[in-house]
Amino acid sequence: MIAAALGRSGAVVLFLLRVLRQCGPALARPGDIVQQVYNTGARSLVIIMLSGLFVGMVLGLQGFDLLQRFGSEDALGVAAALGLLKELGPVVTALLFAGRAGTALASEIGLMRATDQLTAMEMMAVDPLRRVIAPRFIAGVIAVPLLVAIFNVVGLFGAQLIGVQLMAVDAGAFWSQMQSAVELDDVFEGVVKSFCFGIACSLIAVYEGYHAKPTAEGVGLATTRTVVVSSVLILLLDYLLTAAFLGR
Amino acid sequence: MTDPVVKISELHYAVGSRPIFAGLDLTVSRGEITAIMGPSGTGKTTLLRLITGQISADRGAVQLFGQDIGAVRKPELYALRRRTGMLFQNGALLTDLSVFENVAFPVRAHARLPESVLRRLVLSKLHAVGLRGAAELMPAQLSGGMARRVALARAIVMDPELLIYDEPFVGLDPISMGVIVRLIRELNEALGITSIVVSHDVDELSSIAHQSYLLSEGRVVASGTPAALRDSDLPVVRQFMSGAADGPVPFHFPADDYASELLGPTRRSS
Repeated sequence: MIAAALGRSGAVVLFLLRVLRQCGPALARPGDIVQQVYNTGARSLVIIMLSGLFVGMVLGLQGFDLLQRFGSEDALGVAAALGLLKELGPVVTALLFAGRAGTALASEIGLMRATDQLTAMEMMAVDPLRRVIAPRFIAGVIAVPLLVAIFNVVGLFGAQLIGVQLMAVDAGAFWSQMQSAVELDDVFEGVVKSFCFGIACSLIAVYEGYHAKPTAEGVGLATTRTVVVSSVLILLLDYLLTAAFLGR
Repeated sequence: MTDPVVKISELHYAVGSRPIFAGLDLTVSRGEITAIMGPSGTGKTTLLRLITGQISADRGAVQLFGQDIGAVRKPELYALRRRTGMLFQNGALLTDLSVFENVAFPVRAHARLPESVLRRLVLSKLHAVGLRGAAELMPAQLSGGMARRVALARAIVMDPELLIYDEPFVGLDPISMGVIVRLIRELNEALGITSIVVSHDVDELSSIAHQSYLLSEGRVVASGTPAALRDSDLPVVRQFMSGAADGPVPFHFPADDYASELLGPTRRSS
């Protein structure tokens, strides 16, 4: 069990190295990457913005409820901003990305495998890692941080909507406290997490798709595994990164 | 006579403990259409994957254009594949590209041609398979026979020296079948392309092949011109050429005795 898990992890890392080696040549075809950023990123926008809004609104409610017990509801802006920037933004976005874009990637690549398209490319002396996998991987790594930024903005809007508009927290206090208390380091933590989650999600999706068994069942299994493995990996990485940042 | 395009000697290959090939010898001569026939499950497609270096042999040598395909490095392997075209059983068109872009794909990948030249090249190949009018369609809009013809146009767009057909006749109506047969012969005669056709359609192959090999149980059991094969009196050849259900190639998959299985204790499925 443990040996198998270790073996798989090793295989994923080796696959990452193979993909990274093809990323340079893949960058020479920016059109492919833009197309994939559109496929994975832009098409995830609706779900990301909707989720961001509701997460922000819940933060507003819960934060207000908690803070007013200490009579410090003016700090709601800080609480919402830190919560979103450092944790909820990257984690929830990455989980949604794995479910929305990761599964689409894995099943697309798995189907290309099942219908001999990847083999056909190899037979035409075109490396599918360079042509299919690398652009999708790069696009995912670009898309996740962008989606996180959008999630955060919409989330803050949601928190503001509840806190300031509904619960009548002072708008000046809400924004000015946020401005003075949130450090560049906090933003940096979120950005680093976003990139790490983007790499993890995209890597798992292309790995599972590329290694899918060329059957209907195999593609289904690859899709399922993409969600399960990505989700666990995101939460695990989140803990490790949080610990690393707090330990500095 | 020039050196052979493909030369396989003493090929051994096994999947797990199941041997697929045990001492297979086969030669494909330049400029000829070579048919590889055999009952389903004799590893015909596996043989193509060995010839094109997708998998490598356990023992024995597979030479493509005089180079040992199992020993070359990836750049040389890709160079060899550029001289080879392959038609897949289901066409294997790239589903996110139009017919035109599918045929243009290998050219765009390997050559930097002005768009006008590329357009002329692609349309001429599509014209050769009779589908110039379908250039703007997507693969999902094509019938099975059309998809295979587009795949054929894609396979010849780089002017390969060797063209490999994997089961080109499977699942086609008689008209499409006739079209493909004619295309295989025309490409061979007009362009001098060496062809390997893997199939079990004896009649279709007999009409176009110069040389044919019959595979069974991991070896070549008979070879020669289609006419010679038809006149052969080897039992396995006669069974295959005449299409008898039972013979040296048994109708039944190996199993326990039927009567004792029916009367014996109920087997529990694990």
